Amino acid sequence: MIPNEHPVTAESLVSEVMRKKNEGYRFVTMSSVGLEDGTTDILYHFDKDLELAHLRFNLPTGEKAPSVSGVYFAALLAENELRDLAGLEFEGLVLDYNGTLYLDPSVETVPLVNNVKIVDKKA
Amino acid sequence: MSNRTVIPFGPQHPVLPEPIHLKLVVEDEIVKEAVPALGYVHRGLEMLATKRDYHQMINVCERVCGICSMIHAVCYSQSIEELMKIEVPERAQFLRVIWSELHRMHSHLLWLGLFADAFGFEALFMQFWKVRERIMDINEATAGNRVIVSVNVIGGVRADLSQEQLRWILDELEIVEKEVKAMENTILNDYTVKSRTVGAGVMTYDQAYELGAVGPTGRGSGLKSDARMLGYGAYKHLDFEPVVHPDGDSYARSWVRFHEVYRSIDLVRQAAAALPEGDLAAKVKGNPEGEVVMRVEQPRGECLYYVKGNGSKFLDRVRIRTPTFANIPPLLTMVPECELADVPVIVLSIDPCISCTER
Repeated sequence: MIPNEHPVTAESLVSEVMRKKNEGYRFVTMSSVGLEDGTTDILYHFDKDLELAHLRFNLPTGEKAPSVSGVYFAALLAENELRDLAGLEFEGLVLDYNGTLYLDPSVETVPLVNNVKIVDKKA
Repeated sequence: MSNRTVIPFGPQHPVLPEPIHLKLVVEDEIVKEAVPALGYVHRGLEMLATKRDYHQMINVCERVCGICSMIHAVCYSQSIEELMKIEVPERAQFLRVIWSELHRMHSHLLWLGLFADAFGFEALFMQFWKVRERIMDINEATAGNRVIVSVNVIGGVRADLSQEQLRWILDELEIVEKEVKAMENTILNDYTVKSRTVGAGVMTYDQAYELGAVGPTGRGSGLKSDARMLGYGAYKHLDFEPVVHPDGDSYARSWVRFHEVYRSIDLVRQAAAALPEGDLAAKVKGNPEGEVVMRVEQPRGECLYYVKGNGSKFLDRVRIRTPTFANIPPLLTMVPECELADVPVIVLSIDPCISCTER
């Protein structure tokens, strides 16, 4: 548990992020961490007057998270990065790199979930 | 009738020390849109947190970026120290400030040289890099390395500065200050420099805040935001006021970085004057457990670490948000409506570090 952290659900995530924006918070970034039960916690970090605030969203395995890139444009890179590295998918991403922000299209597995295996191009 | 063309900018380009690719949609030499493409130097360093123990991760974090290596190590160390409730000796905190500000100076001097080179002023480029050598010599003489100084350990620092070394550093910084001052009129007032930078890549205060701009990129648009104002480490004992310029163009961003060299010299002087006696590092027992978010100010801006420990020597997660990563969305708003010839200067004006960005 991080100080000044609040849990959100899939239904309330975008409205809570919108509330942060209306309150004058700057979007800092997003973090993800895989949990033992197979779900993933996504943390949304905001700053206002040098005070950090965080929203925590637990994403069940196999489900898509609502994108907040429509609220904060800056979130698009963080969401694309989490898609590449942690295999998370976002619904409504304003610019979707389709898993190729960092990774080559030939990469078949997700770095932070499994070891990367490069498909043999000759195969 | 408009004639739109897509022009690739990068990943290999004379002004780019590191590879980033921009797809520029241009209409009669005017850029209408820019779409970034990354992935040329992604190394998967965050993944190493599960493969290297939390002491070894300092070396990994230092290699996220050579130029900011000291401050990456400070941010990571502070994260672990916070998780393990380690009280870092005061002397170590001041020494961290001294090496951090030396890093900021050599980063800014490197950038000022590259920036001069971007608009074709090679003599100025060489002058800035000549001055930078003094800082590199200080790093080498005090830590053994010119760029990745590797002085941080969990709980403090591994190297000390003697009174003789401190006097020498201050003497060297006096020369650096004079030599930088000698270039001030050229970099800030020269007609040819201003003709390439004033009005190029304007980002307003509101855009900077909305898009999450950090560091000199944000402060060049009037954002009075600097993580050193948080007072982490020994900064809480030092007088510090961030450098801010309201204009939001490439000139304003270079003005901020130039004046931050003076600010860093001042901080080193303050830290050297107030350097207390004491231990260099606290003893470390056990393993980190829990979650923490830590922020520091790197030469390019705010850097954030999210670290999760599980009570073993390996961490569950290290997440690093580097300043250039935050400054790419702002860059995408600076480029539209500029002339194609100004793109290199504007891209360089955010001081892009792609190694940092991709990790």
